[in-house]
Amino acid sequence: MSVIRLVISMIATLLLLAATAPSMAQTDPLQTLVQALPKGGYAEREKVILDLAGTGDPRVADVLGALGKGDLYTLKDSGTVIVATGRGNSLETADPLTGKALGAVDKSGLDKIRVNNRLRRAIDSAVGQLTLMGKDPATRLAAAQSMLKTTDPAAIGMLDTAIAQEDDARVKTAMEQARAAALLKSDAALENKIAAIDTLIAKGDREALAFLTGARSGASADLLPAIESGIKSIEDKLAFWSALQNVWYGLSLGSVLLLAAIGLAITFGVMGVINMAHGEIVMLGAYTTFVVQEVIRNNFPGLFDYSLAIALPLAFLVTGAVGVAIERGIIRWLYGRPLETLLATWGLSLILQQTVRTIFGPNNREVGNPSWMSGAFDLWGLSITWNRLWIVIFAMIVFAVLLAVLNRTPLGLQMRAVTQNRRMASSMGIRTPWVDALTFGLGSGIAGIAGVALSQIDNVSPNLGQSYIIDSFMVVVFGGVGNLWGTLVGALTLGIANKFLEPYAGAVLGKILILVFIILFIQRRPRGLFALKGRAVDA
Amino acid sequence: MTLNLTRRATLAAALTGAMALSLGLVRAADDTIKVGILHSLSGTMAISETTLKDTMLFLIDEQNKKGGLLGKKLEAVVVDPASDWPLFAEKARELISVNKVAAVFGCWTSVSRKSVLPVFEELNSILFYPVQYEGEESQRNVFYTGAAPNQQAIPAVDYLMNEEGVERWVLAGTDYVYPRTTNKILEQYLKDKGVAAEDIMINYTPFGHSDWQTIVSDIKAFGSAGKKTAVVSTINGDANVPFYKELGNQGISATDIPVVAFSVGEEELAGIDTGPLVGHLAAWNYFESVDTPENKEFIDKWHAYIGNDKRVTNDPMEAHVIGFNLWVKAVEKAGTTDTDAVLDAIIGLETPNLTGGIAKMLPNHHITKPVLIGEIQDNGQFDVVWETEGTVPGDAWSDFLPESKMIEADWTAPINCGNYNTETKACGGAS
Repeated sequence: MSVIRLVISMIATLLLLAATAPSMAQTDPLQTLVQALPKGGYAEREKVILDLAGTGDPRVADVLGALGKGDLYTLKDSGTVIVATGRGNSLETADPLTGKALGAVDKSGLDKIRVNNRLRRAIDSAVGQLTLMGKDPATRLAAAQSMLKTTDPAAIGMLDTAIAQEDDARVKTAMEQARAAALLKSDAALENKIAAIDTLIAKGDREALAFLTGARSGASADLLPAIESGIKSIEDKLAFWSALQNVWYGLSLGSVLLLAAIGLAITFGVMGVINMAHGEIVMLGAYTTFVVQEVIRNNFPGLFDYSLAIALPLAFLVTGAVGVAIERGIIRWLYGRPLETLLATWGLSLILQQTVRTIFGPNNREVGNPSWMSGAFDLWGLSITWNRLWIVIFAMIVFAVLLAVLNRTPLGLQMRAVTQNRRMASSMGIRTPWVDALTFGLGSGIAGIAGVALSQIDNVSPNLGQSYIIDSFMVVVFGGVGNLWGTLVGALTLGIANKFLEPYAGAVLGKILILVFIILFIQRRPRGLFALKGRAVDA
Repeated sequence: MTLNLTRRATLAAALTGAMALSLGLVRAADDTIKVGILHSLSGTMAISETTLKDTMLFLIDEQNKKGGLLGKKLEAVVVDPASDWPLFAEKARELISVNKVAAVFGCWTSVSRKSVLPVFEELNSILFYPVQYEGEESQRNVFYTGAAPNQQAIPAVDYLMNEEGVERWVLAGTDYVYPRTTNKILEQYLKDKGVAAEDIMINYTPFGHSDWQTIVSDIKAFGSAGKKTAVVSTINGDANVPFYKELGNQGISATDIPVVAFSVGEEELAGIDTGPLVGHLAAWNYFESVDTPENKEFIDKWHAYIGNDKRVTNDPMEAHVIGFNLWVKAVEKAGTTDTDAVLDAIIGLETPNLTGGIAKMLPNHHITKPVLIGEIQDNGQFDVVWETEGTVPGDAWSDFLPESKMIEADWTAPINCGNYNTETKACGGAS
C-alpha cells in the first residue's frame, strides 16, 4: 500500500518537474505574466497585475505604466504583447520588458489591451509602490502622490523606509502625507494617528479634508476631537480661498464676456449698428481656428502648439473682410433705420449659420488645446486652469490694443470724428463711407479673434454665436453704449456677480437674477454705467 | 434648400414634372409607400438629428434594394422642422394629411415629441421615436424604440454602486423635462437603496451652459467627503463639450470621480479631444465598438452609403434600424400599411438588434434592449465594460416613483390603455 503510494507520488513529482522544467528554461516568469495580460476578463487581468506588482521587478513599472496609458497591444497574428506608441495608422512597437524596438506595425494588425477604472486604480497603486525608490525625484513624487490616493495601510512600512532615505524635501513631504493618510486608516497607536492628523492639517487642501472626513466615521472617542478640530481648521481655510476662487472664476467669465462683447462695442457702441450677426462673426473666427488646426494636423504636426498664434491674424483678416463686405453690401443702405438693420442682420446671421452648417456639417468640430493651454496649477489655495488664465490675459491685451487704436492712431481719430459729427468730419475731408467700412471691419475682426479664444473653451459648432449674442448686447448696454471702458467694467462686474450668485442660486436662477438686475439698472440709468455726455448723444 | 423640400418638390412636380424627386411624386400616387422623416436639419438640434435623417434614407434605400415592401417601392418624404417645437406639429400634420405617409420616423427632444402627440392621435398615424427618454408616457400611435429610464439610468447606477463602490452621487443635468424626471426617479431609487439625502447633490444648468468652473469645483468639493463619488450626467447636447473640457482641465480623472452620461454618444465626442476623459462612462443600448457580425455589416453598409468612413454610428441610429425593421415586418404581417392593422400586428414582433440580441415590441409600445456601460477611449469610441445578461424590457411608467408605480401600459385587448391603474383597475392614470 505505502510502497504504491510512494511510487505514485514519485512519478507525479517527476512528471511535474518534466512539465515545468522546459518552460522555466525558456522564459522568465515575468515574460509569462506579461503575456498573460490580454487573457480573460477584467477580473483575471487585475489578478495578473497584482502578480506582476508582487514580483517587485523594476521593469514591471514600465509595463504597467504603458498598460495604464493604453499603449500595450497584442499582435493579431501571434498574440504577442508589445508596446506601441505614436499617432496615425502606423505605430512604433517595442518589447515591453527589454524596450527593444520591433519596428513599425500598422494599427489594423494590433489589438489594444483594454483596461477599466478598476484596473487603472490597481495599476496606479502598483506603479506607485514600484517606483517609490526610483532614481528620479519626479518619479518618486508621482509615486508618493499615487500612494496618497490609494492609501494602503500595508504600504506604511515601505513608506517608512522611503522617507528615511529621501533627501528631496518636496518628495519627503508628499511621502509623509501619504504615510499619514495610510496611518489614519490603519490600527496604529493613538499618538501616531494624532501626528498623522497634524500632517494632514498642514497639507490643508480638499484631499486632506477628504481623508479626515473619511476617518471621522469609525474613529475612536479619543481621536474624534482631534479629527473634528482638524476638519474645522481646514474648512475655515478653504472657505477663505473659495471666496478668492470665486473672484477668479468671475474674472475669467468676465473676460470671456468682454471678448464676446468688445467687437460689438465698436459696431454697436461706436457706430450704433444693431448687428445681430455679431455672434456668427465670432463663430467664423472659431471656424478659422479649426481650419488652421486641421491644416497643421495634416501637414505640419510639429507646429500644433503655434496653431493659435497662426489663427489669430488669419481670423482677424477673414472676419474683418466679412465685416467690410457686410457693411458695404447691406448695412450702408440701412443707416438711420435701426429696425431694418436689426431684421437684415438677423437674417444674415441665419444665412451664415446655415452656410457653415452646409460646409462643415452640423456637428461640433474638434479644436484642440495646445499643450500650454491644458491643465491647471495651484497658486496658494487657488486652482487656476491654464486656458482660463491665458484667456484673461488675452482679453486684457485685446482691450488695451483696441483702446490704443481708437485713441492714438489716425484711423481711430477719424472713426471718432465720423461717429461724433458725420457732416463736419466729411467737410474736413474724411471719406466717411470708407471710415464706416473700416470701423465695421475692425469690430468684426476683433469679434473674429474673440472666436479664436472662445474655441478653446466652448464648442465649435454653427450655434456658437447664438449663445453669446444676448450676453454681448447685455454687456455693451450695461457698460454704456459708445464707451470701451464701460464694456470692460460691465463685463467684469457681470462675470463676478454671476459667479457669486451661482453657488447660492444655482446656474439657472443666477442667470435670471442677473437679467432682472440689468433691467432694473437700465430703468434707472438708461445710458448704462458710463454714459457718453455731450452732443454726440443727441446726434 | 432643405427648409421646404417637399413643398418645393410638389411645386416642381406640378409645374414641370422634371427632376428625380418630382418623378417619384408623380408615380407616388399608386405604386409607392411613403415614409415620413421628421428630423431637424437646421437649428440647434440639427447636430444630432441630421444623422438620423441620413440613417432613414439609408434604411429605405436598403429596403428598396431588397425589392421594397408589399411589392411597392418605399419613398422617403423629408421635412425640416428646424428645431422649432410648434413647427414639429405643423410638419407632422403636413406629412400625414398632405403627403399621406404610412408612418413617420422622427423627433429627438421630448418637447418635440409632446408637440406632435396630439397630431398623431387626431390623424391616427404612426410615429417611431428613436431617442432615450424620461418615460412616464405610452401613446397608442407612438412606438418608443429608445431606452426608458429602467433601460439606461437604473442599470448605470447599479453598475457604479456595485463595481465602483460609489456612495455619494451628483445628479447633474440640463434644466428641462428629461433630466428632471430621470433625476427624480434616480433620487427615489438611490434613497430606496439606503443612500442618505446629504450624499445626493442635484444640479441643473441652462441649455448650452458654457461656464462650468463653479460647478466642476463644487463637484470636486462634494467629492472630498471621504466617500467614493460619481457624477450621473443628463447634461444635454452642446453643453457637454465645455463640461468635459473643464473636468479635464481641473484634473478630475475617471479614477477619482467617474462621470456616467446618458446623452453623450459617439457623435457628441466627435468634437472633443478625449485624451483627458479616458475612463468616464456612458450608458447606452448600443455602441459603435460592439463587436458583432450584425454591427460590422451595418457599419460597412452605412459607410458605403454615406461615402465617408469617418462617420460614426450611435444609439439612436440603432433604434431607428430596429424601429424600421419592426415596422416593415408588421406591414408584411398585416399585408397593408393601414394604421390600425399595423398597430395590431406589430405587438410581439421580434427583430435582431445590432448587439447580438433580439428586440421585441412589447404591448406597452416599448422594446426589449440590452444595457451596455462603456468607458470613453482616447480614440473617441466607447469600450463596453459591463452589460446586462440578456435584454431588459422597457417600462413606460417607472416603478420607483410613488405616483406611477401602479400604472401599466398595455395596448392589447382587453386593457388597450396607455395608463392603466392596476389598483383601481381603470384606465386613466393615478388620479
